[in-house]
Parts: sequence; structure tokens; C-alpha cells
Amino acid sequence: MNAIASHFSYWATIALLVGGIFIVVARGNLFKKLIGLSIAQSSVYLLYIAPGKLIGGTAPIVAEGYATYANPLPHVLILTAIVVGVATLALGLAIVVRIREAYGTVEEDEILELDRAEGPERPRR
Amino acid sequence: MRSDLVLRVIAKLLIPFLLMFALYVQFHGDYGPGGGFQAGVIAAAAIVFYALIYGLAAARRLLSDRLAEALLAAGVALYAAVGLAGLALGGNYLDYFVLGGDPVSGQHRGIFWVEAGVGLTVAGAMLKLFYLFAARGREVER
Amino acid sequence: MEALIVNVLLAAMVLAIVGIAGQRNLFAAVVLASAYSFLMATVLVALDAVDVAMTEAAVGAGVSTVLLLGALHLVGGAEAKPLHRPWLPLALAAGVGTVLVYGTLGLPAFSDPEAPIHTHVVPRYLEEGPRETGVPNVVTAVLASYRGYDTLGETIVVFTAGAGVVALLRRRRREEKEPRR
Repeated sequence: MNAIASHFSYWATIALLVGGIFIVVARGNLFKKLIGLSIAQSSVYLLYIAPGKLIGGTAPIVAEGYATYANPLPHVLILTAIVVGVATLALGLAIVVRIREAYGTVEEDEILELDRAEGPERPRR
Repeated sequence: MRSDLVLRVIAKLLIPFLLMFALYVQFHGDYGPGGGFQAGVIAAAAIVFYALIYGLAAARRLLSDRLAEALLAAGVALYAAVGLAGLALGGNYLDYFVLGGDPVSGQHRGIFWVEAGVGLTVAGAMLKLFYLFAARGREVER
Repeated sequence: MEALIVNVLLAAMVLAIVGIAGQRNLFAAVVLASAYSFLMATVLVALDAVDVAMTEAAVGAGVSTVLLLGALHLVGGAEAKPLHRPWLPLALAAGVGTVLVYGTLGLPAFSDPEAPIHTHVVPRYLEEGPRETGVPNVVTAVLASYRGYDTLGETIVVFTAGAGVVALLRRRRREEKEPRR
């Protein structure tokens, strides 16, 4: 029982990561895949930050009267990771919009069929 | 959206406070949670809110595409310039302790300008992304 | 008590993920993703990561949702019914998850002060950081001063993303006068 309580945060992180990757693999809609990818990215934030927490501590802003602080180094890494994540999401969404305009659909199997039917020529736009 | 009185009044009341809050978060990043990234996003969110209520054309009159692109580039240029200033004043690239009289005030100055650069770039990027996605649909429908 | 709050919120997040995987209406999926980001921001506050929570709330729940909704308006529609039952991906996910769970049994317990993460360089940053930089917020000090190169790289990544989306979604003047197909 103690093992479950002390490691539950890791297992929830794994569940979120595996769930996100499942959405990427098992769903054919490109838009849904992008959502799944951003979920998988955000689960890793928990993986880094949860071990830095100390019960009884406080946020890593040094002030009078506090002795223990949470670990600031993962916070720095994850701040960068969040902003990079939204940057890649924006680029991915722009590509999906262009695919929709070129093929008329964002379902993966329909796009592959259109490519196979038309042959290896480029779509008009 | 344009004709709903309640939304327009609330937007007029909230948007100045949003922009003030963005500036607060930017400059108090040293003493509390905050800093460049959060402040840039909050400032962009204020302009996005304005665009949602008053229309994309009104928001573009307020802050044109060109200005958003200029902000995007200016932030990175400012950050790199702080690094070059460290180089010019005798230290290595991105050394802050040479920027002021004593090392601590130099660090203060360096951190201030660097966070300002980050805030400008993030605000410009988020705003430009919104403009691009919002304007695309309009032009396809025409 | 704090651990209980964190665990309950994490369980709610897992439920949101299950909802997104099963949901075929894309608008509902975007709303669930936004709710997931808000729950993530709350969990981060409970984990004392206040800077990260503010960034996740602003960027993850704010800007991400705006971009997803903007793209959804352009892409439209709902997800098509899947052709195959997802037995193989589910089995694969369960297998990978089990192996990862077995791997985490060797990791330190939640909130263990003797864990290596707390004893390596962090005491030095917490003691010397405010004294050397004059900034009480150690996260800002490390982000802007000690690890300034990384932040420069990150700012360049944001700039590149903006420039990339401009290149992909910009309309040239000539095309606006052509009739749509």
C-alpha cells in the first residue's frame, strides 16, 4: 500500500504518456493525432517536476522564514519545454490546415488513397 | 459578437487590467512567479480578446501585422544585443556582471533586458499566430 | 494531505485523456484538452511549481486552445469512425506501460529529501543564487542568468515557429484575386 502511495504520481504520468501515444497511433484523424502528441509532451512535465516536490516546503522563491524549497532546476527545464511544445503545436496545426486545403480531408487513410489514386504528382496547391 | 452590449462593456473594462497585469508579471518576475514568457502570453491574450469582441479588422488597426512581426524579431535581437554588450564591455558573451558598477547590479540589468526581449518575442509570436489562423478562414470563404 | 490532492487531480487527468481518446467530436476533444491543461496547471501549483503553473495555464490552457480552435474552424468536421478495432495499439500501450511501471519501482519515493535530485547542485543554487544575482526568485535567476544560453535558444525557437507559420499560412497578394475552386 505504501508503494502505491509513494509511486502513484509516476504511474499517473505513465498512464498519460501511454494514453497520448495511443491517440497518436490508433486514431487516423491528423488533428486528433496532434492533440495526442501535445498530451504526451505534457505528461513528461509531471515526470520532471513531481520528484522535485518536498512536502512541507514552498515554491523556490527565497524569502525569510522558509527553510525548505522545492527543487528549482526542473522548473527551468520544463518552462522551456512548455513554450517549445506550443511552438511545435502551432507548426503542426499550420501543416494540417495546408493538408486540408490540398486534399480536402484530414483523415489519414483517405489522404493515402488520394495519393495512391492520383499517382506521385503534387497536389495543385 | 459586435452587437452584444454586455460583452463589449466587459471587454472595455477588462482589457486595460489585462495589459497592466501583463506588465506586472513581466517586471515582478524577480520577486514572484512570472517573467517574460507568461507576460508575453498575457499581453497577446488581451489583444486576442479585443479581436474576438470587436472584430479582426479592428484589432489589426490597433496592432498591425507588421508590428507583430517586428516585435517577434525585436525580442530576439534585444536578447542577442545584451550578449554582445557583455562581449563589448570586457566579459564573455552573455556575461552580466560587466554591465553595471558592481556584479549584482550588472546581473539585475542583464536579467531585466533579457526578460524584456523574451516577453516581446513571445507576445509577437502568439499574436501573429492568432492573426494567421483567424485570417485564413476569412480569405478562403470569399 | 497534499499527496492526496495531487493524486486525485492526476486521476482526473487520466479520465480526461480517456475521454479525448474515445470522443469523435473534435470540438469536444479540444474542450477536454483545455480542461486537461487546467488540471495540469492546478497539479503544478500543488507541487509548488508556481512559475511552471503560470506558464502552463497561460500557454497550455490559453494559447494552445486558441490555436486548436482556430485550426478546427479551418479543418472542420468530426473524426471518421475507425476502420479497425484498436486491439494491437491497446496491447502495445499496455505492454509499454507495464514495462515503464516496472522501471519506476526503482525511482525514489514521492517527496523524499534524500533523493539524488536534491543533493547534487541544487543547494548551491538555492544558497548562492539570490546572493550572486540579487534576484530572490531562483527559477528566474537560473533561467535568465545561470542558464542564459538555453533561454536564448528557446527564444529563437519561438521566433522560428512564428516565422514558419508565416511561411506556411501567408497569402500572397496575387492569389487573393483568383476565384476559389
